[in-house]
Amino acid sequence: MKVLAAMSGGVDSAVAAARAVDAGHEVVGVHLALSRMPGTLRTGSRGCCTVEDAMDARRVADRLGIPFYVWDFSERFHADVVQDFVDEYAAGRTPNPCLRCNERIKFEALLDRAIGLGFDRVVTGHYARVEHGDDGPQLHRAADWAKDQSYVLGVLTEEQLRHCWFPLADTPTKAAVRAEAAERGFLLAQKPDSHDICFIPDGDTRGFLAERLGAEPGEIVDRDGAVVGQHAGVHGYTVGQRRGLSLGVPSPDGRPRFVLEVKPSTRQLVVGPEEALAVSRLAGTRVSHAGPAHPGLAEGLDVEVQIRAHADPVPARARMVGDELVIDPAAPLRGVATGQSAVLYLGTRVLGQCTIDRTVAADAVPA
Amino acid sequence: MRLFDHAAATSMRPSVQRALAEAAPLANPASTHREGQRARAVLEDARERLAAVLGAHPTEVVLTSGGTESINLALKGAWWAARDAGEPGALVVPVAEHHATLDAVAWLERQGAPVRWVGVDAHAVTDAEAVAAALVDGGRASVATMLVASNEVGSLQPVEAVADAAARAGVPLHLDAVGALGHVPLRFAETGAALMSVASHKIGGPHGVGALVVRRDARLEALHHGGGQQRGLRSGTQDALGASLFALAAEEALAELDAEAARLRALTERILTAAAAIEGVRLLVAEPRLPHIAHLVVEGAEGEALQFLLDEAGFAVSNGSACSAGVARESHVVRACGLTGVAPLRLSLGRTTTEEDVEALLGALPAAVARARALR
Repeated sequence: MKVLAAMSGGVDSAVAAARAVDAGHEVVGVHLALSRMPGTLRTGSRGCCTVEDAMDARRVADRLGIPFYVWDFSERFHADVVQDFVDEYAAGRTPNPCLRCNERIKFEALLDRAIGLGFDRVVTGHYARVEHGDDGPQLHRAADWAKDQSYVLGVLTEEQLRHCWFPLADTPTKAAVRAEAAERGFLLAQKPDSHDICFIPDGDTRGFLAERLGAEPGEIVDRDGAVVGQHAGVHGYTVGQRRGLSLGVPSPDGRPRFVLEVKPSTRQLVVGPEEALAVSRLAGTRVSHAGPAHPGLAEGLDVEVQIRAHADPVPARARMVGDELVIDPAAPLRGVATGQSAVLYLGTRVLGQCTIDRTVAADAVPA
Repeated sequence: MRLFDHAAATSMRPSVQRALAEAAPLANPASTHREGQRARAVLEDARERLAAVLGAHPTEVVLTSGGTESINLALKGAWWAARDAGEPGALVVPVAEHHATLDAVAWLERQGAPVRWVGVDAHAVTDAEAVAAALVDGGRASVATMLVASNEVGSLQPVEAVADAAARAGVPLHLDAVGALGHVPLRFAETGAALMSVASHKIGGPHGVGALVVRRDARLEALHHGGGQQRGLRSGTQDALGASLFALAAEEALAELDAEAARLRALTERILTAAAAIEGVRLLVAEPRLPHIAHLVVEGAEGEALQFLLDEAGFAVSNGSACSAGVARESHVVRACGLTGVAPLRLSLGRTTTEEDVEALLGALPAAVARARALR
């Protein structure tokens, strides 16, 4: 096969590219320049897509003896990921930019170009497995559940998955990948993992949003509308969040309060007790199926649902109602934020996902 | 691989490769002992030979690390000297210059230097009358700069007219001759310029060697301070070997200039004619032009994809400029010509380019263009 290895300059994608070369494929490396202001250097685990990352990727390609290019996707990335991130927060939702980047940049803009240029597959260092069966591709969790990234890939379609290859699927641990990188003589073997959001290198999401959306102070209210505190700007708060709330008025029962709702239109944060976070139903459009759609979803299917990148999957029943995916968790779920993706699993297999548009509070549904 | 990127760096000449391989160890040319004197003799021989090729006096030849340093020394040096003389006038700069010029000027602008930018036409040719006006409007400028020929599109610039205007206005003119050296006749003394930048790797000499020709009366501040070498304009141990290899390449380039220019002009003419017939391809270049560059733009194509396809097919090509991160940004020159959203392709030929290379390229180009256009 002729494969295009997306090389971020990190350990995972370097080892993935190396394995593709070992497997005897014709491999070309590409680093995506995503920042509109390249030239910065990395600081610890923060920062991404810097000149240093491009150089790290280039040096791995040199060692592997493969051609290497830097392609500029910064405008697409800005429009489809960064601006989407800002717009979603402006609407009071909580986006997942990594998922959006996979959906729109790595496995759309890049993949489209790769196919147009005659490549069979795009190789990345993601921890997930694609099984290419007779019935079409299936997406599964990686062997190392601690590193599993199937959640942020759940948005991929059958057509996208057809052209994906994740060589790290069966790696037992990240430590094994680092050891392999060191064995291969890659200088980046000990490079720290990336954390946070790559386009917010200082990690200050609220500051980033305040710069773009303004930071107008407003009220923190309880469910009855009583003012219990002030905030410096609603953007950056997420449903289920407890920390970062400065409440002047203690709750009547003395228990901690959580963000229940973000209302940019009135600049209000609604807070309440933990149990008020519980939802018995979540639903969303923008549904995608990671492979051929499972026929059981039409009638209703017992699945597991994962509502955040690092949440545990929980049992639920899911079905399609028109173009909406409706998910009823077996037990009420807490901390469900609109804008996040609800990914459905059947064992290790990803069945698809939707972007959460609405939730129904547990106490709102008659038992 | 067939090299169609000689304008970035052309293949080192066999004579230069041999001289490099056979080079004897050299002492520091500034050392006063006999070994140092021997190195100094090699260095000064080279400077004299270079001066002869460039139509300058040896005293005027300041050796540098290449085109970028030469241009920075010329522009920053001239502006600083004017400022220190109490006459901090403007810099006059066409918008389609090389980044070595644009970024040095932008830096000076941030330091408080006034800059008068001058536009180019749809062929990347600088408006000589606009330059003439900018030299004097709002007070006499401190320094003006201009390419001898667009390093991307290939169009020759109105050097004579601008030099005349600069002389009338009493403004020192810097010529960026980095991409033109060896391809068009160039005699510094006859250009009327006060400063001229050249580089060795563009004519088959070693990388990392260049020169700034500095007319005796030009006022210039140094970028580097230290041992006071080269009239104090460029401190630092001098590279006698690099200088001698540069001189060798320059002599050969001059000797073969007429024949090579005619040969390469015919080949680039063939490329331009064939390319213009491909759907979606447009040409920007205007006559007179550099003989070794065939520049074209492809409408509705991704430049990165087009370059990849040609690279994969065995043709080393460029979009016009190389950036440190390896990212091919949209060409500011093409944008200055009034075009956006096109994929530029600069095919530059050199001493080793054969007719067969050109035929092979023309065989591959239509399919690559069509495929890159289909990607959007």
